[in-house]
Amino acid sequence: MSLRTPISKVRGQGSAGSGTHHFWMQRVTAVALIPLVIWFLYALLSHMGGSRDEVIAWVSQPIVAVAFVLLLGAGLYHLKLGLQVVIEDYVHGEGMKLVSQLAVTLVTAAVGVASVFAVLKIAL
Amino acid sequence: MAEFRLPKNSRVKKGKAFKAPKGATNTKTISVYRWDPDDGENPRMDSYEVDLDSCGPMVLDALIKIKNEMDSTLTFRRSCREGVCGSCAMNIDGKNGLACTTGLDETKGDIGVNPLPHMEIIKDLVPDMTNFYAQYASIEPWLKTKSVAPPDSERLQSHEDRAKLDGLYECILCACCSTSCPSYWWNEDRYLGPAVLLQAYRWLVDSRDEYAGERLDQLEDPFRLYRCHTIMNCAQACPKGLNPAKAIAEVKKMMVERQG
Ligand code: SF4
Ligand code: SF4
Ligand code: FES
Repeated sequence: MSLRTPISKVRGQGSAGSGTHHFWMQRVTAVALIPLVIWFLYALLSHMGGSRDEVIAWVSQPIVAVAFVLLLGAGLYHLKLGLQVVIEDYVHGEGMKLVSQLAVTLVTAAVGVASVFAVLKIAL
Repeated sequence: MAEFRLPKNSRVKKGKAFKAPKGATNTKTISVYRWDPDDGENPRMDSYEVDLDSCGPMVLDALIKIKNEMDSTLTFRRSCREGVCGSCAMNIDGKNGLACTTGLDETKGDIGVNPLPHMEIIKDLVPDMTNFYAQYASIEPWLKTKSVAPPDSERLQSHEDRAKLDGLYECILCACCSTSCPSYWWNEDRYLGPAVLLQAYRWLVDSRDEYAGERLDQLEDPFRLYRCHTIMNCAQACPKGLNPAKAIAEVKKMMVERQG
């Protein structure tokens, strides 16, 4: 049983002093992803049935490699921000919340670094 | 963790059926959520066959008739019976609204009446509003100033600035919006919800208020403000036709603007 007053529960530990940055970055990455995803889908379709060498030659062009890195960066950052919100919405145990947030951050970072490395390895 | 199924002792059972008096020809069945904290039973849906020929036109009229003539144990809140006090907010046929401004003819056939969703229930249709009111108090909904009040007049406001409060001041704090918001269902302990955020914005845009910065600081939080994911249920639910989602978007805009 808790004898804390309702207002004490609502005031809780105070405001975290953040949230706007997350909100803003979610919009920024979303805007960036619009042209990047359209470009990616278009590229994917136009290389259907191409040989391995053709695709590698295509990815090796500086502009294509840069666009790829941007797509991966914006996409994975957006994914991370989105999953963070889902966890905050639905996972209420503090321990479970911490573990899930940690997992999301580490996995998206690792996938990001690995895939950017792959693109650079082809392009450079 | 979010709950998707009601706990065992909250599952709603079929309840009693009250028939209309003999000779009634024009009737409508209203099933009402009943729960009594004292009898240890599960909640149930009792159904009442109401004689429409001797009943007022609104859902609240039917509830009052049921209480007066069929079953005096039915418990609900009401006061003004004209949509200004906010006390008769409930879920009518799956939609939050005011019983006193929702017509019985708005639904064909039977009507189901439930308390506001995802609230703790005190009895029958009466939810516990303690947390909601504490959240309202937490945004300090009154004019706050640094400057000294003019000695011989009120604080003035231009017509244009007064117009900015339209669509906000009309809120009657009925909680129809907040209790329709999934984000509020999952995190009502930390998310302020649409009603309280609309009120927060009402003070943020008041030209006479001098504490916008402090008010924004209080809202700068992933839960208090940013649990709103623009699902828009709130605007759908508001019986006064207000748009809390838009007010929340304006608060977020103010947050972004002051960053740089
Ligand atoms: S717009 Fe925001 S406040 Fe309104 S229902 Fe959706 S999440 Fe809730
Ligand atoms: S915004 Fe509308 S639904 Fe929400 S509390 Fe105010 S009047 Fe009720
Ligand atoms: S009784 Fe006052 S709003 Fe319905």
